[in-house]
Amino acid sequence: MISSSRKKHLVALTAAFLGSIAVLSAGPAQADRLKEILDRGTVRVGVQGAFKPWSFPAPDGTLQGIEVDLAKSVAEALGVKFEPVVITSANRMQMLQQSKIDLIIGGMYDTAERRKIVGIIEPSYWTSGPTLLAKKGVIKDWKDIADKPVCGKQGNAYNKMIETDLKAKLTAFAGNTEGKEALRSGKCIAWAYDDVSIMADLEVPEWKDYEMPVSTLYNNPWAAAVPIEEVNKGWGVFMAGMAYRWQAEGKLIELAKKWNVKPSAWFAEQEKKHSWDRAYLTPKN
Amino acid sequence: MLDIIGPFFRRLHETTGLNFNVFYDRYEYDRFLTGASNSLQLIFWTLLLSLVIGVLGAWAQNARSRVVRVVMGAYIQAFRNTPPMIQLLFFFFGLGTLTPTVDMGGYSQPLISSYAWAIISLGIFGGAFNVEIFRSGLEAVPESTLDAAESLCFSRWQTYLYVTLPLAVRISLPALTNNLVSLAKTTSLAYVIAVPEMTYVLNQVWSDNVNVPEMMLLLFLFYIVVVTALASVLHFIERRAALPGYGQ
Repeated sequence: MISSSRKKHLVALTAAFLGSIAVLSAGPAQADRLKEILDRGTVRVGVQGAFKPWSFPAPDGTLQGIEVDLAKSVAEALGVKFEPVVITSANRMQMLQQSKIDLIIGGMYDTAERRKIVGIIEPSYWTSGPTLLAKKGVIKDWKDIADKPVCGKQGNAYNKMIETDLKAKLTAFAGNTEGKEALRSGKCIAWAYDDVSIMADLEVPEWKDYEMPVSTLYNNPWAAAVPIEEVNKGWGVFMAGMAYRWQAEGKLIELAKKWNVKPSAWFAEQEKKHSWDRAYLTPKN
Repeated sequence: MLDIIGPFFRRLHETTGLNFNVFYDRYEYDRFLTGASNSLQLIFWTLLLSLVIGVLGAWAQNARSRVVRVVMGAYIQAFRNTPPMIQLLFFFFGLGTLTPTVDMGGYSQPLISSYAWAIISLGIFGGAFNVEIFRSGLEAVPESTLDAAESLCFSRWQTYLYVTLPLAVRISLPALTNNLVSLAKTTSLAYVIAVPEMTYVLNQVWSDNVNVPEMMLLLFLFYIVVVTALASVLHFIERRAALPGYGQ
C-alpha cells in the first residue's frame, strides 16, 4: 500500500504532468470489504490463468485447480458466488490495491517487500522455491547458467537474484507458456520457475526429455492476500480463519492428492502445527 | 550523471516515498539506460524498415507483373488486418522455430534474435500501412504532370524517381507522420517476446521494487518525449517540403 504522504505527493506530481494519470494511484477507499462482498453477492478472487495444477482453464473454459478450489471454499463459507479473475504475477498486487479483486490466491510468495503493499494472510497455504527446468544432461550445477540465456517470467521475485547472483542472462516472458515454449524451441538453456510448477510439468509426457537438475534456491511460503487496509479488519481476519482451517483440517493435503501433486514435508509439519490439541475432549473415565 | 541526479531522487524517496529508484540505484539506472537505448534503436530500425517496405511496395503495386501485384495485395491484407502483437508472437514463436540456429550445447543461439524479430515483424506491420499511404500519394500525382514528364523524354523509371515519388512523398507526409508515430508507440509491444526495451525493463523494475505508479508515470513520459520529438521532426520535414498548389 502506498503511504498516504507518498500518495499525496504522487497525485500532486502526476496531476502536474497530466491530470488524467492521477487515476493510477487513487484507488477508491473501501469502508468494509467483507460487508461489500456480502452485499454484492460475489467474491472476486485473483487466480493465475495458466498455472497447472493450481489454476488453469478446463476444456470447457472455466478455471480449475487447487487455488480455484480454495477460492471456491471461501465463496462457499461466505455464501456468495465465486468470480475468478485471471491475474498475472506482474499485475496482481495492483489489481488488489485498485479494488478490482478482493483476494489473491495466485501462487504468491510471502516477502517483506510485499507485506508493505498487500495484506498477507497467515498461515500460508503452500510452499515452493525457484529452480530450473532444462533438457536432460545440460545443467549440473547452478553455476552452469552463468552468462547463458535463461528464460523466466516477468514479475518473479527471484529474477533479479538470477541476474545478479547467478550472472545468467535472463529473458523474462509475459506468461509461463511463452517462457516454456522459448525453452522448448531452444532459445534458452533453462526455464527458471517454481519447483512445484516444474514438478507438475515433468509429469506430462511432452517434457519427458527434461529434468529439474538443481536443488531449489530457497523455500518460500505462498500466501493469499487481501487489501492491506483490510488485513486486521473483518475480511482479513475471516481469511486468516479460512487459511488456518485449510491447514488444520488437512484440506491442502487432500487437494494435493486430488490434483496429483506430491506434498512436501512442509504440509505435514503445518497440519500438526495448526491442529488444536483436543485431548481434553476425550472422556476421562 | 547518476552522481548528479542520484542524491535528489534518493532524498525524494526518503521524504515523500516516491520511489524513482532508476535515478539513484546504480543497478536499476543501468537497466533503465539499456532499456531506453534499446527502445530508441528499435524505433529507429523499425521505422526505417517500414519506410523501405512502403516505397518498394508502392512501386510493386503498380508493377507490370500480375504476380507481383497479387503478392503485394496479399501481403497488405495479411499484415494490415492482424494485430501487431499476434504478428510478433507469430514471427518469434512460429517462424522463429524454423530459422537456422547455432547449437551452443543445450541451447541454441538463433541467427535471428528476439530483437531482430521485433524489428522485422513491426517493420513489416508498419510497412503494410506505408504501402497504402504511398499508393494514395502516387495516385494523387496529377496525370498532366506525368504527361509533361513523358513529353520531356523521361523514361518510366526516371519519371517515377524524379517526378512521381518526390511529389507522392510530399502528398503522403501527413498520413505518413501519423503512421510512423503510431508505429513508434507499437514498438512497446516487443515486451511480449522479451525484447529488453523500455516497457519490459520498467515492468521488471516495478515488479522488483513495487513502485508501479512511479514507473508507469516514467514510462508514459518516456513515450511522450520520444514520440513528440519524432512528430516534430516529421512536421518540420512536412513544412519544409510543402509545395504551393499541392494541397498544402
